[in-house]
Amino acid sequence: MTRDDARLIDYLRARGVSRRGFMKFCAATTSLMALPPSMIPRVAAALEQARRPSVIWLPFQECTGCTESITRAHGATIEQLVFEAISLDYQHTLQAAAGDAAEEAKHKAMKDNWGTYLLAVDGSIPLGNKGYSTIAGHSNLDILEEAAEGAAAIIAIGSCAAFGGIPKAAPNPTQAVSVSDIVKNKPIINVSGCPPIPVVITGVLAQVLTFGLEGVEVDHLGRPKAFFGQSIHDRCYRRPFYERGQFAETFDDEGAKAGWCLYKLGCKGPVTYNACATVKWNNGASFPIEAGHGCIGCSEPDFWDRGGFYDALSVTDWGGAKTVAAAAAAGVAVGAAAAALARSKQKKARVEDKA
Amino acid sequence: MSTQKSASAALQSIAVKVENSSGNVLPILHEVRHALARLLDGGDTCVIDLRAIPLAPGEEESILAALGKGEVSADFDALGRSEVRESAYGGCWVVTHYDEAGATKARFIEITTIPDILKSQSADIADGIERLAARLSVMT
Repeated sequence: MTRDDARLIDYLRARGVSRRGFMKFCAATTSLMALPPSMIPRVAAALEQARRPSVIWLPFQECTGCTESITRAHGATIEQLVFEAISLDYQHTLQAAAGDAAEEAKHKAMKDNWGTYLLAVDGSIPLGNKGYSTIAGHSNLDILEEAAEGAAAIIAIGSCAAFGGIPKAAPNPTQAVSVSDIVKNKPIINVSGCPPIPVVITGVLAQVLTFGLEGVEVDHLGRPKAFFGQSIHDRCYRRPFYERGQFAETFDDEGAKAGWCLYKLGCKGPVTYNACATVKWNNGASFPIEAGHGCIGCSEPDFWDRGGFYDALSVTDWGGAKTVAAAAAAGVAVGAAAAALARSKQKKARVEDKA
Repeated sequence: MSTQKSASAALQSIAVKVENSSGNVLPILHEVRHALARLLDGGDTCVIDLRAIPLAPGEEESILAALGKGEVSADFDALGRSEVRESAYGGCWVVTHYDEAGATKARFIEITTIPDILKSQSADIADGIERLAARLSVMT
């Protein structure tokens, strides 16, 4: 994956970054990648030799939230440096060029780096009618198939590219699909989330820069385990309240004010895998649960069609009986009551459906 | 507008007392104690990444308050400001990296005699020799 012979460290030194600054960059990047501090020397050794990969970013049927997420940087932040460490040769939302000049830049980058460039995609791909989403008169499907052919790998950024996203919500009027529904012969790394946390996006890029594609360990959904290996529930600071069966019943009751578990208010933390509970949002300021709102499961497939955001897991389509049983065991008397209520509601829902 | 103001005042009057704990504060402090013992006995260093541990609101501040401030304090400016503070317990340092916008990018507890980031780096020394030589060449 090379654009020219410049190493990343040469690029940083050209920007006036000292060796001490480079080591600070490595320490922060190691933390960003959720690696133990003992890995800092290895990350430094890898980044010293890393070269700037060419990246072509294709936005399809999307809200631009993922591009907004990655660009929420003010000044030369660590994330911005990681972003600049790649050679972003095409991103039509961010780039100055437009029209024919932009398309020529994309095709030149593809030709110059054929077989080695990274293809970043956000947005789903509509299959219902090629005209639903086009760029320069070409359908998203045609653009993806052309660009994927010469890519070393594809990074599907956001839940739309990874799983179809909001455009795929029932009845899926555009017949939106994910990148992996179309591309079958290239490695795909799914960085899901609606949007993904900015540092998760740059953290994945940093992992690719540091360890190469083969060094990124993924889960069964193709998501990097460094960021998606644990559930929100497993790392949530409110977990002790779940274990003790202390749940907020409404958003303004005493339990809510005391910071109790939000399970009964619809939190999907137990079935959602993401880094929100540790990495957090807005430069580590907070995350939805800390702000008092349950997790909506935005990094999981079909989160948009699996029941209400404010319905407890036990009454939604997230895990069925297994989830109900887990809630009952963990919450003791409160959980058992919730489970019984859930079964009653599920039965009622099935009766209503049949009617 | 007066209805909005009274509604806003009513909201502000609601007392919000958040009582929660991750249960990680004491274990981290005990880990520091054990790590200091290993440093003293065998010279073993270690680093704890505070951003990798789930902490409830205010708990990171509790940990830092418990560690306190020692005799040594150093700042440097590379890709934004960084602070290196020895805690009230010799050998226990708190290293905080900020970016140029002042946002905290990483915070580590380092158990060591002196954090490596404070030491002059060989590449920077070599670069400094070249620059000093160039400056001396125009001074004579």
